[in-house]
Amino acid sequence: MTEISALKAGLIADIAAADTLDALEALRVGALGKSGVVTGLLKTLGPMSPEERMDKGPPIQDLRESVTTALADRKAALEQAALDARLASEKVDMTLPADAGAFGSVHPVSQVMDELAEIFADLGFSVATGPEIEDDWHNFTALNIPETHPARAMHDTFYFPDEEGQKRMLLRTHTSPVQIRTMMNGTPPPIRIIAPGRVYRSDSDATHTPMFHQIEGLVIDKGITLGHLKWTLETFLKAFFEREDIVLRLRPSYFPFTEPSVEVDVGYTLANGQRVIGGDGDAADGGWLEVLGSGMVNRKVIAACGLDPDEWQGFAFGTGVDRLAMLKYGMNDLRAFFDGDLRWLKHYGFSALDVPTLSGGVGA
Amino acid sequence: MKFTLSWLKTHLKTDADLATILKRLNAIGLEVEGVENPAEKLAGFKIAQVLTAERHPQADKLQVLSVDHGDGNPLQVVCGAPNARAGLVGVFGVEGAVVPSNGMVLKKTAIRGVESNGMMCSTRELELGDDHDGIIELDAAAPVGQVYADWAGLNDPVIDVSVTPNRQDCMGVRGIARDLAAAGLGTLNAIIVPEIAGVGPGPDVRTDDVDGCPAFFARTVRGVTNGASPEWMSKRLKAIGQKPISALVDITNYIMFDLGRPLHVYDMASLKGGLVARKGKPGEQVLALNGKSYTVDEMMTVIADDEAVHDIGGIMGGEHSGAQDGTTDVLIECAYFTPERIAVTGQKLTLTSDARGRFERGVDPAFLDDGLSIATSLVVSLCGGTPSEATRAGTPPATPRTVVYAPDQCLALAGVHVPADEQKRILESLGFGVDGEASRVEYEDGMPVMVPGSWTIIVPTWRRDVDGWPDIVEEVVRIVGLDQVPSTPLPRGPGVARPTATPEQLVERRVRRTAAARGMAEAINWSFIAEKEAAAVGGGDWTLANPISEELKVMRPSLLPGLLSATKRNVDRSATSVRLFELGRRYFKQGERATVGFVLAGEKVARGWQAGKAQGFDAFDAKAEVVALLAAAGAPVGNLQNFGEASAAYHPGQSGTLRLGPKAVLAEYGVLHPSLAKQFGLTGTVVAGEIFLDAIPGKRKSGFMRAPYAPPALQAVKRDFAFVVPDMVEADVLVRGVKSADKKSIVDVRLFDVFVGPGVEDGFKSLAIEVTLQPGEKSFSQEELEAISAAVVKAAQKLGGSLRG
Repeated sequence: MTEISALKAGLIADIAAADTLDALEALRVGALGKSGVVTGLLKTLGPMSPEERMDKGPPIQDLRESVTTALADRKAALEQAALDARLASEKVDMTLPADAGAFGSVHPVSQVMDELAEIFADLGFSVATGPEIEDDWHNFTALNIPETHPARAMHDTFYFPDEEGQKRMLLRTHTSPVQIRTMMNGTPPPIRIIAPGRVYRSDSDATHTPMFHQIEGLVIDKGITLGHLKWTLETFLKAFFEREDIVLRLRPSYFPFTEPSVEVDVGYTLANGQRVIGGDGDAADGGWLEVLGSGMVNRKVIAACGLDPDEWQGFAFGTGVDRLAMLKYGMNDLRAFFDGDLRWLKHYGFSALDVPTLSGGVGA
Repeated sequence: MKFTLSWLKTHLKTDADLATILKRLNAIGLEVEGVENPAEKLAGFKIAQVLTAERHPQADKLQVLSVDHGDGNPLQVVCGAPNARAGLVGVFGVEGAVVPSNGMVLKKTAIRGVESNGMMCSTRELELGDDHDGIIELDAAAPVGQVYADWAGLNDPVIDVSVTPNRQDCMGVRGIARDLAAAGLGTLNAIIVPEIAGVGPGPDVRTDDVDGCPAFFARTVRGVTNGASPEWMSKRLKAIGQKPISALVDITNYIMFDLGRPLHVYDMASLKGGLVARKGKPGEQVLALNGKSYTVDEMMTVIADDEAVHDIGGIMGGEHSGAQDGTTDVLIECAYFTPERIAVTGQKLTLTSDARGRFERGVDPAFLDDGLSIATSLVVSLCGGTPSEATRAGTPPATPRTVVYAPDQCLALAGVHVPADEQKRILESLGFGVDGEASRVEYEDGMPVMVPGSWTIIVPTWRRDVDGWPDIVEEVVRIVGLDQVPSTPLPRGPGVARPTATPEQLVERRVRRTAAARGMAEAINWSFIAEKEAAAVGGGDWTLANPISEELKVMRPSLLPGLLSATKRNVDRSATSVRLFELGRRYFKQGERATVGFVLAGEKVARGWQAGKAQGFDAFDAKAEVVALLAAAGAPVGNLQNFGEASAAYHPGQSGTLRLGPKAVLAEYGVLHPSLAKQFGLTGTVVAGEIFLDAIPGKRKSGFMRAPYAPPALQAVKRDFAFVVPDMVEADVLVRGVKSADKKSIVDVRLFDVFVGPGVEDGFKSLAIEVTLQPGEKSFSQEELEAISAAVVKAAQKLGGSLRG
């Protein structure tokens, strides 16, 4: 064994035996540092003649390379071991709870209003709004509800005190005044709107609250008939409940602002004691629920809005948004809608990302 | 409106079964609200006879009966009724029958050691009356063993229909029968109006108020004997929930429910002089039949004699002038009261009655004579006496209306084709007269030509609601059936549906869902709040004249009270952390303002193994929400200025407003004023905010194209500065000052530290900022960097600041 190969074997054995990065660094300095042994040997190559270098160079170069590689390998191994040790020491109990963050939710009434807007947008209806503090002309007179109509009595309508020379102001009792405002806004028909919003009646018990939500629909065009109304309501309810087996029962009724007037019942089926919308209400385990009031817009109403009833006709409908929400999502107490109970809102509310879309289904 | 099936059949000849009738009632617009057959709850109760009655061996007040209920095996029954005795025929509940009054199921039992099978019943137990002094005693000839309800004629379904306000004619059984006949369920029996052979002149009645009472017809009948009404009449009245009183009173009630014609009968002995329909006088009092006294006024019509008011015209009779047991001479009033007047009077007095319900809708103005004749005839036949001639004061508005109608209008409005002759049949069966010819096709030289026709429809006097051609369409379609109307798709525009939401609606949707995504739950609170709650947030502009309660009285000027009340309710239910928001309107004289409000209360972070103690909310949590929601609403949050001067609802030192320019306040937020929190029963720090959506400038829609942009090639450079500034200098002012020091290079300034304490003089604070510089085409030179630094320092110096040493 030559001197160099003995040196190499010694150094490699030392490197393999080094058990800290510091020890390894000391070995590196001792071998490859400025005054290291390997460095010293390399330095002897300079003054040599080419022939001598040809002879003595390769073993020295080999020594340098082997030592360098051994150092790098050992270093990597030591670092890996150190990392493993650190990671092992960092183990935590991952069954500990993570911060859940705050839950937020969208109220069912808002969600259903968004659903309705989405469905009716596809049918060409836009969303219209109007004031909640109305005058009696828009809320009653223009809708062909005469002074003596019982709905105008104090016990149904919230009034504000009379002011000299002013129109009588009240809280709208339905969303129908938006019909009037839409027909009078100066844009000539055709009109297709829905108008959701808060309405008020002086009523309070298990199924009535003094404030609730309605949605109004209005179509004014040429040649619109009761047949279009029927189709629109069927189409809307099928889309809303996302069921094809929706059966409607239309009953003649009376509203001052429509003629003919039609009340609409929807068939339900009893399933586990709950009313599930869908199916024939006349079936053995079925029944009918009144969901909508509607009709052909009364000619007097069209005329009151400054349109010619011989030219324009159409239909209107109205329904309770809260009630639609209850029928679709199964709440049974209307008062809870307005209580702000976080537990209820968490259970019946909707995720911010439950945006109703036609492609994803309007329901959530 | 209630009636029984057998009552209906006195007017309608029909073979239809109950289910068919109910279905058709719904189909023609007479909504069935309920059907009840009293015989159903009396199943198991039979006619039975007491054979023997012995003292109970263990109890003085009980007897042991042997009861024959028709099967030849008398049963032993223990009974406590004092009138129980051998020979009595009564109503017996067999084993298994359910007692209607208490739901008890009868079964074999032992009473004081004696076996008892079933029960002899009182009228109260069977809910047939109030008597509970003893068991029912039937006519001794009643057939023992027969089902009691069948024998008593109680097996007669009671139908309750909801009559819409336009259908005055269906406030009587006859009107309902007419509708059903038109709808093909049988034929309407003719009505028989008896001839009255009046003796002597009619009574002295007149009308001095032709607006309120245009017609007042009357007859007297002298020498009557009042007593109980006959069984057929009292049974029908009872079946629909009317209490039989006496023949004279029951006759008027019966005709009202049967024919929709209210009447009134006066005891002539209680009258002084003639009767006049006139306007009330201010302050005049009437003691009505219901025992209550009403003050009438000159807008109301009353019936009075020379001395007193006896009747609130068309609504309720007087307590002292009605027919009594000893009444011998009566005056029968059959008048026409104007619907509008009745409505106003009834509303003013808050007095409802069956008569009001009919006059208010409008009774048949052509049925006064007939109604009076039928009533007179019934009085004479049931109570005897001699009728007078009729007095007919005034004229009822009985001229029939006519409507011009073309049968094609049915298709035009309802979308359903009904042949003209079918339309004619329907209209005539409803009592309409139809004159003229329908459209027809004629041939000229072999070419078909449509000759448009039109009808003159004569509206029956009992259909006050029909005054235009759409009403005629309604009648036809109602009888044909709405199920015949073909479902017709609305015309659809080409291509996919167009967007319809307005910018305001889009903002509301974005804000709502952003708030929910940030962890807040959406609440919907009442639009009205208590007066003192409104006062605490600046006072409301709109106060209801007739609130439902003091708590719901003033239209809210702020969303905070509703949210705070909801917060309190949640805290009371042990909620530890409350994050609520609402999107709704605030109400002012100038209009209704769309607003978002939120309240954060309790724990922001619950105690935890990482965070340690629970942490509450502070004003900057409110600020963070306000800024995030404003950004969602599209407000230029980078340009907003923070001012103090939030409303008095907030802590004066820990609140602010965000404005676009000095006047446009977009939002306010902060720690709630402790006294306001206390008013709502809340303790601890509560933070809140409101965003005024209508104050946010709308974005101009300029297409979808974004401004051109390429990320800068060169890296941004960051430099930190710390300035000592006077206490009064607001951080935001320093940040803005520094930003404007070199608008080209400084792209961001972020404050990251505030320090007050050792090393910083009293009255001063140290603010540390990180300034981001963005080089353009080439990197900053050392000189340029120094120049920018100098400009930054200079900007701070302008505010009294100096570089911290």
